[in-house]
Amino acid sequence: MEHIRTTKVEQVKLLDRFSTSNKSLTGTLYLTATHLLFIDAHQKETWILHHHIASVEKLALTTSGCPLVIQCKNFRTVHFIVPRERDCHDIYNSLLQLSKQAKYEDLYAFSYNPKQNDAERLRGWELIDLAEEYKRMGVPNSNWQLSDANREYKICETYPRELYVPRIASKPIIVGSSKFRSKGRFPVLSYYHQSKEAAICRCSQPLSGFSARCLEDEHLLQAISKANPANRYMYVMDTRPRLNAMANRAAGKGYENEDNYSNIRFQFVGIENIHVMRSSLQKLLEVNGTKGLSVNDFYSGLESSGWLRHIKAVMDAAIFLAKAIAAESASVLVHCSDGWDRTSQVCSLGSLLLDPYYRTIRGFMVLIEKDWISFGHKFSERCGHLDGDPKEVSPVFTQFLECVWHLTEQFPQAFEFNEAFLLQIHEHIHSCQFGNFIGNCQKEREELKLKEKTYSLWPFLLDDQKKYLNPLYSSQSQKSAVLEPNTVSFNFKFWRNMYHQFDRTLHPRQSVFNIIMNMNEQNKQLEKDIKDLESITAVSGDRPGGQAESTLTTLGQSDATRPTSC
Amino acid sequence: MTWGDQALFIQRTPCCAEVPAWWVQLHAFSVQGLFGKNSEQLTNSSSGLELEGSVRGRRVESPTALSTLDSITLMYPFFYRPMFEVIEDGWHSFLPEQEFELYSSTISEWRLSYVNKEFSVCPSYPPAVIVPKAIDDDALRKVATFRHGGRFPVLSYYHKKNGMVIMRSGQPLTGTNGRRCKEDEKLINATLRAGKRGYIIDTRPLNIAQQARAKGGGFEQEAHYPQWRRIHKSIDRYHILQESLIKLVESCNDQTQNMDRWLSKLEASNWLTHIKEILTTACLAAQCLDREGASILIHGTEGTDSTLQVTSLAQIILEPRSRTIRGFEALIEREWLQAGHPFQQRCAQSAYCNSKQKWESPVFLLFLDCVWQILRQFPCSFEFNENFLIMLFEHAYASQFGTFLGNNESERCKLKLQQKTMSLWSWVNRPSELSKFTNPLFEANNLVIWPSVAPQSLQLWEGIFLRWNRSSKYLDEAYEEMVNIIEYNKELQAKVNLLRRQLAELETEDGVQESP
Repeated sequence: MEHIRTTKVEQVKLLDRFSTSNKSLTGTLYLTATHLLFIDAHQKETWILHHHIASVEKLALTTSGCPLVIQCKNFRTVHFIVPRERDCHDIYNSLLQLSKQAKYEDLYAFSYNPKQNDAERLRGWELIDLAEEYKRMGVPNSNWQLSDANREYKICETYPRELYVPRIASKPIIVGSSKFRSKGRFPVLSYYHQSKEAAICRCSQPLSGFSARCLEDEHLLQAISKANPANRYMYVMDTRPRLNAMANRAAGKGYENEDNYSNIRFQFVGIENIHVMRSSLQKLLEVNGTKGLSVNDFYSGLESSGWLRHIKAVMDAAIFLAKAIAAESASVLVHCSDGWDRTSQVCSLGSLLLDPYYRTIRGFMVLIEKDWISFGHKFSERCGHLDGDPKEVSPVFTQFLECVWHLTEQFPQAFEFNEAFLLQIHEHIHSCQFGNFIGNCQKEREELKLKEKTYSLWPFLLDDQKKYLNPLYSSQSQKSAVLEPNTVSFNFKFWRNMYHQFDRTLHPRQSVFNIIMNMNEQNKQLEKDIKDLESITAVSGDRPGGQAESTLTTLGQSDATRPTSC
Repeated sequence: MTWGDQALFIQRTPCCAEVPAWWVQLHAFSVQGLFGKNSEQLTNSSSGLELEGSVRGRRVESPTALSTLDSITLMYPFFYRPMFEVIEDGWHSFLPEQEFELYSSTISEWRLSYVNKEFSVCPSYPPAVIVPKAIDDDALRKVATFRHGGRFPVLSYYHKKNGMVIMRSGQPLTGTNGRRCKEDEKLINATLRAGKRGYIIDTRPLNIAQQARAKGGGFEQEAHYPQWRRIHKSIDRYHILQESLIKLVESCNDQTQNMDRWLSKLEASNWLTHIKEILTTACLAAQCLDREGASILIHGTEGTDSTLQVTSLAQIILEPRSRTIRGFEALIEREWLQAGHPFQQRCAQSAYCNSKQKWESPVFLLFLDCVWQILRQFPCSFEFNENFLIMLFEHAYASQFGTFLGNNESERCKLKLQQKTMSLWSWVNRPSELSKFTNPLFEANNLVIWPSVAPQSLQLWEGIFLRWNRSSKYLDEAYEEMVNIIEYNKELQAKVNLLRRQLAELETEDGVQESP
């Protein structure tokens, strides 16, 4: 690679981020085309993917060498001390280049080769089939149908080709409505609740300004409410703070006027925009990174960052949505400004609260494919995959994962997956190792030919499923299908395993979770052993012979060892 | 309260009813009283419960009432008749002699002294204390006059690994003119090995320790204790801790506050700051002992509060035995009850005080919270679970057992608690109760366990502070499921072993049949 000047530096020190005694490990630093690698004296390897690097900083020279601080998007922070300034400078420059790619084609996914053949790769991409998912929800049906209006991305470039709309909404109504909505993102179905016959729909803000109206848009909303025989009132949730929505009116955008739409109940829920969220996370990370942090500074930092307040706001909005459907059988239309950030958060979380399927490993993948990937959450811009506008970067999806984590904390048996699964997904939205999260919408992904040139993440996660299973999961608790989380403030805790996942010293030294997980695995093995042993005892009881003995020794080997506690 | 009330109370006490049902009621009240939602709830509770409340109220009527032992003898433990069979009398479970016996094979330089047999040398010490062999009782009497409350340095913990020790005492009474006491110097130097240095951990910041001189207290001067290095820490005391608890509980009870308010109140309560301070000091003590190989002396002012927090937590960190149920009970008996932590004064009313109680302070609760923090970080290294800690918290504040009554051994003796009341340990240490308090994940861990004290690693103890503010149904169910998995695992292991044995037997039989 042309950017790499130095590939190996010896005698580099890796400092412990939180140790006040400046503990460090000495080792060798390697720079490859895709990773930065540090091997310490105990041969322990630390791999850092270039795409994960959010910032590289060269600090003032010290007596022991030149400090290099690397902050990663997965919240790893490493602090190296490179003996010679020249080497440090070379590595610094290389990393600056390597961590910010200008073209999609230079992303890791396009060179990553997990040694699968084309058929396997294609099967991987077909693993999650959204048409199947809509069928599972119960659409199309007598009220909802598949629309071909956007088959060629003609109406809305950032929507998927296949959209479900009320059967009575004609094409001219759809086209008319899309012209009245920001970026053409007209109201479409996101989730259909079969037993309540109610729907979650999503769109972007109307171009209403102070007084503009659009009859087609009004018709489309009416069609949505008519498609619900159980309740003719529908909620329109504007997920923005009221002030933001009002300010948008001056720019010819805005929100629905209740007088113009029949049978709607309009509601603001007050989730802040991507810029507020970005700086909130930044503040949080600044506080966390402080050495020798006091309890008071931690909590006042947590408070002033506003991070948990934002998480609670997203959660409250999702609960509002789920309640409207579960308790009132009312359909809900959700939007924010463009309908790809807050709207994705609220629709997906709301569906997760309502439908236990989304709390399974596969269901969660489907949920992400549906509400995030296919509906055009701009992953590449929000995660800063390319060297682009830093103002487009925002931890919207991270917040969604955190909300799910909070739910797993309150309902430890309701989710098939565990925390490691969430962390792994978070790892890969930034890794660019798989094609799923590259690009900003389906149209762009098709143009990039991702299905031909890259691999899908999901089959790899499914292959590793064992690692991501929640040992306490009980499908019986699914009977209480709708989750009703408690959102009193004290339920929201700082997610240490996300924001400090690489700072080992901060974590419990023994993990109950891992022990139970291993024990669950071991139990399966023991059950098998018992079956085998029973059959052998039965056999050897009847028929003496040397054969049983040899089987015995192999069984002895397979005997799972007692899980260790550390 | 008159005797009439008391009689009514006795009458209403369902002494022939099943204990468990009644027991739950008492607890529902006592903890609601401690951290419950509001007072309206209390007035709605049944009359029997109110009576229990009034009895508790008596315990704290006034400082004068406190000091008159008569009022204590009107308290519930004196009327409680156990409805269970006593297998082992808890009053005799942890005698100092037995505890010393555990050590005696390894510690030849120490002896058990009965200098305080009549509680005349130090009213807050037990009759038997462990002191250096080289120091005779006369010297101890002299040292006692030089230490606050007569609390001369005694052995708190002996680290078998390297023979280093933790001692604790009251502050030295140096006063402003720098009084010294040769016997005191000799006593603590007797614990040092030749050429070794020791550490004195003063739980007060330097300026507070300096101020204490004006009142006749003070700290050890380097000039007179050249082999000792003094370290000052700052663990808060009395009303500061009490205010912290009141603020925290108030905030936990407010379900309506928004996130910013909750976080800022949690911060303002300073509760977790206290936790961090105490844990940090305990880690420091453990580090001096285990890593630096140095003996230490710990004291604050009286040596009955922060001193005990530090000595007992250091033992949790260092000594595997103190992480077992039995060992933890022994630790509480030794380092809290016999060491003279004034439970009667400190644990009268908990978070709800109408007037400011001068002596009320959640010192023991903070200790339990610190243990909980370590338990969370090393969930497999403790034989007991969170419920055990919660139970101890409850009984320290309101109990039908006599264990936590009185402020020290001397008072307990005068109250004849052993004869007149039941010991908490008699109840707890029965197999049926123990099973509730046993940690299913426990695997003996003989190592020193170093907890993280970073703010990100410390958490609000939800089992105590949020207990009545939200449902724990799902968490309880998950815990049950975890226990089921562990039980099932044991069952399967046993079955596999049995089958293996059977198979092996079959094969030897086969062998016997075939060989001739």
